[in-house]
Amino acid sequence: MVRLSDLAEEDRDHLLAMPCPQFEDAPWVTGPPLSQRRLAVVTTSGVQLRGDAPFAIRTAEYRVIPGDATAADLIMSHTSVNFDRTGFQRDANVVFPIDRLRELADEGVIGTLADYHYAFNGAYMEPRAYAGTAREVAALLRGDAVDTVLLVPV
Amino acid sequence: MRPPRALWVPFPLGRPFGAPDNPDFQRRVLLATLQLLTADSGPVLADFPDDAPGDAGVDAAADGGWACPVSFPAPPVDPADLGAAVAAEIGRLAPWYEAARCARGRTTVGVSAFSIEAATAHAARFLEAPPPETGAEGAIRLKRALEDLKAFYSEAAAAQPGARGDDVADWLWRETALGRLMARLGQVLAAGDDAELRFLAERSLVPRAQGARRD
Repeated sequence: MVRLSDLAEEDRDHLLAMPCPQFEDAPWVTGPPLSQRRLAVVTTSGVQLRGDAPFAIRTAEYRVIPGDATAADLIMSHTSVNFDRTGFQRDANVVFPIDRLRELADEGVIGTLADYHYAFNGAYMEPRAYAGTAREVAALLRGDAVDTVLLVPV
Repeated sequence: MRPPRALWVPFPLGRPFGAPDNPDFQRRVLLATLQLLTADSGPVLADFPDDAPGDAGVDAAADGGWACPVSFPAPPVDPADLGAAVAAEIGRLAPWYEAARCARGRTTVGVSAFSIEAATAHAARFLEAPPPETGAEGAIRLKRALEDLKAFYSEAAAAQPGARGDDVADWLWRETALGRLMARLGQVLAAGDDAELRFLAERSLVPRAQGARRD
């Protein structure tokens, strides 16, 4: 998350004005050593496979990113215009670090990568609007024996 | 909001792992995130200590900053015909876009169902009233056409090293016919009768920072 002081005034004011939801509890679980964990990425960066339906404005839908997807397979249909996309255009790993994760798995730093990762469109929606599809993705992650999720907000 | 483990990073929005084409730095950020899993109790909020490095191998400040490698001489078209002006720019940018696409082995163009030329024509039609399409479907089709156009321009511009995200955005919005077309679209659609096109114009067309600079 960028420093507020590095943002344009308009973006800074916009972020400061956003409500911050309060939750009653803070989930916490422990797990196996990192080298034994099975990891999936869940991101709000609006990435998708080329050929999949792009994200609509104001949607809680998600897209499935197969575990064998390459950077060349990925495009971005996030509907916000208020962030820099040139990093992703040059190198998908700056948003979706699939190559870096594969390297870590090959080295044994992490155990395995999930068969599927997931992407949402993180724009124009209150967080609670994602509750239904988030639970759906949680069930899919359990079915994939995932015990570790890398949440990447954009 | 208290996620169990969070790593705060100082990077620009859109670059959560710091720097493109810098696998060592991306790996550092990723490992710092994964390291949070070793905490015994939480929630955990840690700060990543370093800013992202500049574009690999380039010091924009040292060489006087970035300038788009493509010059746009006045095209032999009606200056008020923004669609034709954009089409002319696309012709000048195409070799750079193709060079970048071949060098990287990928492109992010392809969100819409349009070719770049068709996306240009489609967007230009919305400059005239009544708009050719309306409602949620019309708005999202227009947006996707514009996103592909912006990606085409950005990827072409970044074919030369040294282009930072801010440099490319400023060039696109302030120095190109595409920027002028999109700014004009924002004005036309915001004044129109269709609620979905108005929402697009007011919330999802011109970046807040660019809109403020134009005021």
